[in-house]
Amino acid sequence: MTNIFNKRSSWVLPYFIFMVLFVVLPLVLIGFYALTDSNGHFTLSNLAAFFTDAKIINSFLVSMEVALENTIICILIGYPVAYILADKDLNKSAVTALLFILPMWINALMRTLATAEIFNTLGIQLGKGTLLFGMAYDYLPFMIYPIYNVLNKMDKSYAEAAQDLGASPMTVFTKVTLPLSMPGILSGVLMVFMPTVSTFAVSEILTNNTIQLFGSVIQEQFYNLMWNQGAALSFVMLIIIGITMYISPDKDEEAEGGLI
Amino acid sequence: MNKENVIINIEHLSKSFGDKKVLDDINFYINRGEFITFLGPSGCGKTTMLRIIAGFLNADSGRVTMDGNDLNGVPPHKRPLNTVFQRYALFPHLDVYDNVAFGLKLKKMPDDEIATKVSKALKLVSMTDYEDRDVNSLSGGQQQRIAIARALVNQPKVLLLDEPLAALDLKMRKDMQIELKEMHEKLGITFIYVTHDQEEALTLSDTIVVMNEGKIQQIGTPTDIYNEPVNSFVADFIGESNILNGTMIEDRKVNFIGHDFDCVDEGFGENVPVDVVVRPEDIYILSNLDAAQFVGTVQTCIFKGVHYEMTVLTDEGFELMIQDYNSFEVGSKVGFLIKPNDIQVMKKERTCNTFEGEMTSEESVEILGVEFDCGVREGLEKGDKVKVEVDFNKIDLQDNLDEGETNGSISFILYKGNHYHITVRTEEGFKVYVDTNDIWDKNDIVGIKIAPADMRITKISE
Repeated sequence: MTNIFNKRSSWVLPYFIFMVLFVVLPLVLIGFYALTDSNGHFTLSNLAAFFTDAKIINSFLVSMEVALENTIICILIGYPVAYILADKDLNKSAVTALLFILPMWINALMRTLATAEIFNTLGIQLGKGTLLFGMAYDYLPFMIYPIYNVLNKMDKSYAEAAQDLGASPMTVFTKVTLPLSMPGILSGVLMVFMPTVSTFAVSEILTNNTIQLFGSVIQEQFYNLMWNQGAALSFVMLIIIGITMYISPDKDEEAEGGLI
Repeated sequence: MNKENVIINIEHLSKSFGDKKVLDDINFYINRGEFITFLGPSGCGKTTMLRIIAGFLNADSGRVTMDGNDLNGVPPHKRPLNTVFQRYALFPHLDVYDNVAFGLKLKKMPDDEIATKVSKALKLVSMTDYEDRDVNSLSGGQQQRIAIARALVNQPKVLLLDEPLAALDLKMRKDMQIELKEMHEKLGITFIYVTHDQEEALTLSDTIVVMNEGKIQQIGTPTDIYNEPVNSFVADFIGESNILNGTMIEDRKVNFIGHDFDCVDEGFGENVPVDVVVRPEDIYILSNLDAAQFVGTVQTCIFKGVHYEMTVLTDEGFELMIQDYNSFEVGSKVGFLIKPNDIQVMKKERTCNTFEGEMTSEESVEILGVEFDCGVREGLEKGDKVKVEVDFNKIDLQDNLDEGETNGSISFILYKGNHYHITVRTEEGFKVYVDTNDIWDKNDIVGIKIAPADMRITKISE
């Protein structure tokens, strides 16, 4: 008698079940809830709310703005940090790189609560500024790491070849190092921008709920048992993420971003 | 040396990485338009020297001058020379045209002039019509050509090439060698070439600089270096050779492998130990034993395409390598002849190990950074500075490191016909030379043992 568990291909079964349970099924559920009303009848009104409800549109635009600003801040701070970490003359120990990744080991919510507490103690008014600070603090490692990874693996001879051909150190950076590290930057942008749009707790804690991000709106709807409306907004969110992934350049083997 | 003709002059150049001395007081000059090759095994310092000339590394001491100007402190982008890198280093984000035009664009040259120069450079390397290609889509050989075009388009006075053909397959390498040689003749600029491939160096170069362990061993034309190696390292590294211990009996007469031979060398003195080099193709092998200078038996015979390569054992017990167009049956008795012209006699660098040390008690001496038992020595006391001499064959190498007083790794092995001459480098950086019949491999770690009776200790008078 042949036992199907002896077949090599059947080893994939546990992973298949896992994927169905935790990836496919939730997606199907989101789609289902998004396209039905509370009685289970098909409707597009939940989705239409995204385009008509002023509060939702507003929070979405604010989210995009905050995400854009956060991404730019993360690039501006993260790139130089990654550059220094990857430069073997400037950074002689691997421990320094670890130090920047270390905050990721602490729960983001706890870090955010602590940050808010520090602002309160210092008497700084919570608002947009503190929100951006907290966001950058949370997401900076996600920007540093892929850029560091690309720079670290980059063959030094590219920079040397450029120098050899007459490029000053500044030109070497703008004409060779920066273009070659673009895959890392793009990877970082993907990992900072979209998660920022969908955050909710951070904005609540760091702005005292004065700024509502898209993620908070979704969370609020689920909290108020508006499953279908919440699912519809999540659905929109997923489509936007999908589009961003799609339009970002293909990742061939040269362009390794590191984390994804 | 004609000063007018010298383009690069290197004086007292030294460089260390940590404790390791990579370049040790290098002096030489390069003539305008010369094809010069730095040749040596990996780690000999040849690439370091090239990188110092290119400006990617700074020397610890000494200087490099180009056309009389000191290059010290001049950054690479301001040096009038260009490099072809070992793994090409073509910019992956630019196409072929932009790679080649990179240097010209930085000079803010007008676009039409750049276009003309780029197409001329691509024509030189036979890569016309490849302008729009992505560099990653090119084969290794094609990338190599683009790398050469990218360097040459800037019209450097000197072109540096760092093992440019190492990554290509044999056939491609041979073709590129011919093309490089032609390019050099056509352009008339100076080529500085780095390789570990002696055949490549012999084929391409006007001048070869043979390097080992940070020192120049010999500078000369390919024929000089092949026919008249100055020491056993060069003889061993360049081509195949039989390197043997010999004794210079008098001028034009040398004894080795148990026979006296006429040679053409003079001025060594009488009864002086020397190293003798005979190339395998220079030993004539005959079936007529009566006409021979010495006789032996064929041990192996391998067909190598053009010639046969044979190892023979002489009746006196020396193993020799011979190349001949005719094959001789294994086991057959044959005779040999060597012409006086084909015997290269070299001064021995040393005839025994000489260590400087200090007596640590009446019966122990510190040499090679450790204490050796030397037996009771009359007339020597603790603290005396001494010179200790040990014959090559009196040093005992041990597999078991604990049995040695100190240990080291085998850095160079030379077969001398009936024994191996081995260089052992101790952890402290001392070199110990050993004659042995045991077979060791390069980089083996061995224990070093010296019997007390084998040390000749003399006090150094201060």
